[in-house]
Amino acid sequence: MMQLSQDLIQRYHDLIETLGPEALKTMLQEMHTIRAFEERAEQLYMQGKVHGTMHLSIGQEATAVGAANAMQEGDYLLNHHRGHGHCMAWSGDPNRMMAEFMGKETGYCRGRGGSMHIADIDANNLGANGIVAGGIPIAVGVGLSIKMRRTSQVCLVIFGDGAANEGAFHESLNMASIWALPIVFLCENNQYAMSMPVEKAFNIENISQRAAAYGLPGLTVDGNDVLAVYSAVSEAAARARRGEGATLVEAKTYRYKGHSKSDKQAYRSREEVRDWQDKRDPILRFTNLLQLAGVIDAAEATQMREHALAIIDAAVAFSEASPDPNIADIMDGVYA
Amino acid sequence: MPEVRELTYAEALRECLRQLMEEDERVFLIGEDIGVYGGAFGVTAGLIEQFGAERVIDTPISEAGIAGACIGAALTGMRPIGEIQFMDFVTLSMEQLVLQAAKVRFMFGGKASVPMVLRMPGGSGTGAAAQHSESLENWFVHVPGLKVVMPSTPYDAKGLLRAAVLDNNPVIFVEHKLLYKTKGHVPEEPYIVPLSQSKVVREGEHLTVVATSIMVPRALQAAEELAKEGIELEVIDPRTLKPLDDAPIIESVKKTGRALVVHEAVEMGGFGGEIVARIAASEAFDYLEAPIRRLAGLDIPIPYNRELEYHAVPQVESILREARKLVRGEY
Repeated sequence: MMQLSQDLIQRYHDLIETLGPEALKTMLQEMHTIRAFEERAEQLYMQGKVHGTMHLSIGQEATAVGAANAMQEGDYLLNHHRGHGHCMAWSGDPNRMMAEFMGKETGYCRGRGGSMHIADIDANNLGANGIVAGGIPIAVGVGLSIKMRRTSQVCLVIFGDGAANEGAFHESLNMASIWALPIVFLCENNQYAMSMPVEKAFNIENISQRAAAYGLPGLTVDGNDVLAVYSAVSEAAARARRGEGATLVEAKTYRYKGHSKSDKQAYRSREEVRDWQDKRDPILRFTNLLQLAGVIDAAEATQMREHALAIIDAAVAFSEASPDPNIADIMDGVYA
Repeated sequence: MPEVRELTYAEALRECLRQLMEEDERVFLIGEDIGVYGGAFGVTAGLIEQFGAERVIDTPISEAGIAGACIGAALTGMRPIGEIQFMDFVTLSMEQLVLQAAKVRFMFGGKASVPMVLRMPGGSGTGAAAQHSESLENWFVHVPGLKVVMPSTPYDAKGLLRAAVLDNNPVIFVEHKLLYKTKGHVPEEPYIVPLSQSKVVREGEHLTVVATSIMVPRALQAAEELAKEGIELEVIDPRTLKPLDDAPIIESVKKTGRALVVHEAVEMGGFGGEIVARIAASEAFDYLEAPIRRLAGLDIPIPYNRELEYHAVPQVESILREARKLVRGEY
């Protein structure tokens, strides 16, 4: 383990230098805050305080944080139903996210969207999508718009392994390629499309291989290594910003929880989940790395977790004190 | 007397597109074979020469992609006008239109808007058979968040398309293949026909006929015939199906006491049912002197054979027949 970590420090030496301690700490803190948000979300659900469903990304924090931090101010985000982490890492306000989760008027979407549809339009977060692959064709339009408006923005679209088997994925990668659109297609491969394992749903080793069919670069990274995701997405975004078009990045990660609240997880073993938790947990790994690199010490690591819990306590308090939407406003927002 | 300027329905649409693109660089066209080919029905002919391939974008055969491209561009400050080559093919775009375009604004708390128009030709009569002749407008009418427009004249085609593009919502703009070559008065200067304004296109006292798209000229032709028999039809074209302006329809039925709804789409689950329900539920109910009737497409796919195709949807003769029955009390 120690040897492995030393190798990592070697590998990431330049990146650790470039990012600097503050950025690295922020990334780890974000990962903690996402996890604390989702643990609390699950708890609130168990307590019967939440009306809808939720899709937890616990275990996938490195992908969200690595990708979001690789993007710049003004860039666009489209993401998927398991999207709390992406939104949070994309400068999401935990109070407004929690309020949305609890269906409150103060939530990002005034309680109309819920867990699965959080958007922050003012921050160019164009929203989480409840339809598998639903955001991918929209990313093509965003890319087209960027190109026509001649700005240097880039669109990051995050979708799961399941989405790569929808037709919309294929139409969109092709269109992005022929028009050299500034898009980073990030496939967050968490090993299961609900219950369908990637080994059964694909006859290829890496989903990123599909990029070749559309003349796009494709690469697969360890989605539980926040710096690996950061590097790959940074590079893809830089390429897009240079006018060289889209990239397909596959981040291999793992969800610890079930697909949604009703999942009994009959399709996988407890040992498999435990193995990922014990050996590849993204927060533990990044914590170890930063401690070995001398960026944080053990006390700071603990503080980060405590700080995250405090942020989420405050978010819950904010949400519980927030009003429900007014029934008289039910027709609001159908038409502009 | 100055000569009245006439254009075909297709030319009127093209003039509108050209004017919008000249005025606003955010407006662009995207669809299959709309560039040098000019669109399957020629609506966009010549526009790529004027505006270039960056604003008249030929796409691969990717209808979900076209719809998504419009949505994404609209969400980020552009005013896209997409073309679906045949309305039938919009079935391949449905997820994007129904679950994305129609819903993002509401779902995100009223903070996003999707100012896009998707044009598509519907309807039968060209021998194109079952997969190129659909009239699916009511699928969209059933979706909150979408607007549905269906012009029947060159004048309305130009004015409604302009209104649709200037609107900040996703608009499904349904053209009719048989109308493309019909001619009518169209002023050169840009003008708007407001959305959600039904129009009384012919006044009459005996029977209200609510007709859409190609059924408007057919109803008017029937009205001319019936006038010779002393039967005066009042013909109303809703023009925008959603959101529907039903006031002129209800007012008209209060006057005539009779109503016939005519559309090409199949009767079962069609737009006519909505009109009938609105009349029946309104104050016009007390004025009814006859049952409210619908005349619509048979509940079958559009057949290929010319005679079968003709008899699959309402024609002038069937409107005449139904109108006479209603006015004479022979139902």
